[in-house]
Amino acid sequence: MLGALTLLLVYQLAGEAIVQLTGLPVPGPVIGMLLLFLTLLARGGAPGKLRGTSQALLSHLSLLFVPAGVGVMLHFERLGAEWLALAVTLVASTVITIGVTALVMRALQR
Amino acid sequence: MSGRFSEIWVYLATSPLLGLTVTLVAYQAAFWLYSRLKLNPLANPVAISVALLVALLWATGTPYATYFEGAQFVHFLLGPATVALAVPLYLNLEKLRKNLVPLAGGLVAGSLAAVLSALGIGWALGASRESLLSLAPKSVTTPIAMGIAEKLGGLPSLTAVLVVATGILGAVLARGTLNLLRIEDHAVRGFAVGVAAHGIGTARAFQVSETMGAFAGLAMGLNGLLTAFLFPLLVRLWGG
Repeated sequence: MLGALTLLLVYQLAGEAIVQLTGLPVPGPVIGMLLLFLTLLARGGAPGKLRGTSQALLSHLSLLFVPAGVGVMLHFERLGAEWLALAVTLVASTVITIGVTALVMRALQR
Repeated sequence: MSGRFSEIWVYLATSPLLGLTVTLVAYQAAFWLYSRLKLNPLANPVAISVALLVALLWATGTPYATYFEGAQFVHFLLGPATVALAVPLYLNLEKLRKNLVPLAGGLVAGSLAAVLSALGIGWALGASRESLLSLAPKSVTTPIAMGIAEKLGGLPSLTAVLVVATGILGAVLARGTLNLLRIEDHAVRGFAVGVAAHGIGTARAFQVSETMGAFAGLAMGLNGLLTAFLFPLLVRLWGG
């Protein structure tokens, strides 16, 4: 658990360092994910402990969004002025995205 | 509030312990309710926890910054969780290889649909430029979306809120939308939810079935990568 968590942080840190050095317009953890994925490919397997820790972290994924969500209280003013436009956009765009993805996949499966 | 209680509150509110603890307690209360309601998508645990916490902070007059000093320990884990996405991605390599064409097609189409429909509809409805830039990366997971918004001149904290709202909406609306389109394959259903509604959609998908969750997680990781690399390019082209 501790080893796997350290490994995830090391990859994240490496990702952040690469972004700082190269000025890539991509968040550090994404580069970290890519590096870890390439490592697993090269290694030809994921160690059990890394699997367990990743699963534990990802199974509580929705909890991790709560602090950012509470940040809604900082934006009450903007949301008061634009809430209808934003709400309609979010609902319509989410339905469109789900529909387009599913229909394109189904069309290509045949 | 009685004097004694508010004294204790004021003392505790300055320590990170309180923000962290109330976040975990609110989430577990919300999750308990969600399980009691048989995982009904309308009882989304993120939405309920956020509502409980906003009500608590508002009632006690606690500023968000004070709350976040404690809650940041939870928020911080989004980074390592993003890195950890490499593991399910790798474990689903076989499924990825077998379905390469439909997955790649669905990913690119869905990713573009998410960004373009958000920009188009938001613009048509008169949303401000800052709101539009904060809105565009809404379908990718928070740390990626915040990073993108920050680099483009959106407001990262507004993006975080819009991302969470999108995730909740995706988790709530997916079942109806996909039933209407008569999509039955759990792999397709999961992938579509993952592209549109990132981690919150994925969490929901895992509660429905293992296959749906695996494909949602795959979609979340791939869409995060694709959007992170392509989106800044798109905007640069557009902005000239």
